[in-house]
Amino acid sequence: MEKRVFFKGWWLPALLVAPQLLISFVFFFYPSGQAIWNSLFLPDPFGLKTEFVGLDNFRFLLSDPYYLASFKTTVIFSTAVSVSSMALGLYLAALADRLIKGAGVYQTLLIWPYAIAPAIAGVLWLFMFNGNIGLASYYLKALGYEWNHTLKGDQAMFLVILASSWGRISYNFLFFLAGLQAIPKSIIEAAAIDGASFWKRFGTIVIPLLSPITFFLLVVNIVYAFFDTFGVIHTITSGGPEQSTTILVYKVFSDGFVSQDLGSSAAQSVILLVLVGILTVIQFKYIERKVHY
Amino acid sequence: MVEKKKSGYWLTHLGLILGVLFIFFPVWLTFVASTVTQDAIIYPPLPMLPGTEFFENYANALFRGSPEGYGAKVPVIKMMMNSAIMAIGITVGKIIISLLSAFAFVYFRFPFRNLCFWLIFITLMLPVEVRIVPTYEVVANLNLLNSYTGLIFPLIASATATFLFRQFFMTIPDEMVEAARMDGCSPMRFFFDILVPISKTNIAALFVILFIFGWNQYLWPLLMTTDPDMRTIVMAIDSMIPTGDDYAHWPTVMATAMLAMVPPVIVVISMQKFFVKGLLESDK
Repeated sequence: MEKRVFFKGWWLPALLVAPQLLISFVFFFYPSGQAIWNSLFLPDPFGLKTEFVGLDNFRFLLSDPYYLASFKTTVIFSTAVSVSSMALGLYLAALADRLIKGAGVYQTLLIWPYAIAPAIAGVLWLFMFNGNIGLASYYLKALGYEWNHTLKGDQAMFLVILASSWGRISYNFLFFLAGLQAIPKSIIEAAAIDGASFWKRFGTIVIPLLSPITFFLLVVNIVYAFFDTFGVIHTITSGGPEQSTTILVYKVFSDGFVSQDLGSSAAQSVILLVLVGILTVIQFKYIERKVHY
Repeated sequence: MVEKKKSGYWLTHLGLILGVLFIFFPVWLTFVASTVTQDAIIYPPLPMLPGTEFFENYANALFRGSPEGYGAKVPVIKMMMNSAIMAIGITVGKIIISLLSAFAFVYFRFPFRNLCFWLIFITLMLPVEVRIVPTYEVVANLNLLNSYTGLIFPLIASATATFLFRQFFMTIPDEMVEAARMDGCSPMRFFFDILVPISKTNIAALFVILFIFGWNQYLWPLLMTTDPDMRTIVMAIDSMIPTGDDYAHWPTVMATAMLAMVPPVIVVISMQKFFVKGLLESDK
């Protein structure tokens, strides 16, 4: 789609795009190029000189059991966060969509956690599950279940998934509600007249009509779980215990800034870059289709 | 709904109320914890109703920080100022550069237009988390560590807003430009007198989304700021919770957590209409 009518001249538009191009070059292209370049080098332990090692950093990473474990952690974590927050979002949206009056009130009550920073959500849940003082761990103990996420990897994983999904429900709720409200009521009514029950209608009409938005949300939620949950993990577990909650982006941070292993961190950045690239392409394929509809 | 059964109606409300309770519960506990004494917290279980220390705890958090011997000691008011400056800087900066470049892309034909568009478009892809180490080096080399400029500018480098304004400008009828040109209106006059005013709702929608994005930044300020005076509230709260056996001063920590949530939540609720629009249209 292009405009038929436009203004003349080239120096004015050049001036107009200059600020954004400049910022993109300084803080985006140059650092990204730097990441790719650094991923081909290995600095010596004292940081005095670097040696060109080609793809050795990548080869090393892909055979490093810690990195592969972090890959697996990321897959489990992002799947769990996406699926649980989407399921709850859809459930609440389906309920709100049934109401003729009051859906707006529930919308207000449900969407505000979007504004809460992941790191703050982490602090909230950490407080509830703190081994000494947390309310949840207190009652779990009373029920005979020992809670200590600083020692037990599976509990730590559960807690970061819970904290990351909690803040994400509102986002999914809002998109699903918009999707549900866009479905023409006449289709649902026609099916009801033909005797289809609520669940039958939900399964055969609503779910298929929601599939584009579900797919879109899946991609966006995976991207969220990959990157934006850094704050949750940093506040609750710092990647532990024994790296059981170290997702890929956390490993870039801890290898690059904490252990100063710059070659490996750069190679990890490049791998993440490729992963996001793939996800973005998938997402835009979807948006393109939406435009054509 | 199609059938109207009383029981179904109440079950719908029940289900929604359970959802709302699940969403509210952690925040309610945080609020309660911010209004009681340290003793009420360290001897669990925590009461379910607020205590009497509200003013004491918030005044402590805002102006004094945690008491002696409990982790980092930082008054929160300074951190809230820093967060506000960063959030507004990112928001305003992004909106301005995106309005300008979207205007150029839609209303002009200039050399390398497509190349420029793709260069900006690619920046949609990469969150700052992916390129933190080299971006940190760039900012360090420019001597921008511990400065507002360093906090704000690297986070402006993303194309979401440009893309959104471009989409919106495309829907504006061509007759507008034709009429403006016939009346001898210069491009910048058209931009300020026509384009910006009719983009008002889009600007408001983006404002909400970007303000939240900016206020909630965590990793970047964490790396960037070594000077305690430059900390933002969202990143500093972590340093108030000591690891190991040290006790944090929980009432102060929880009051700080509440203070970190209040500004973005107010923005979302007071501008709910724009927020929903912005979220559904921009996705980030």
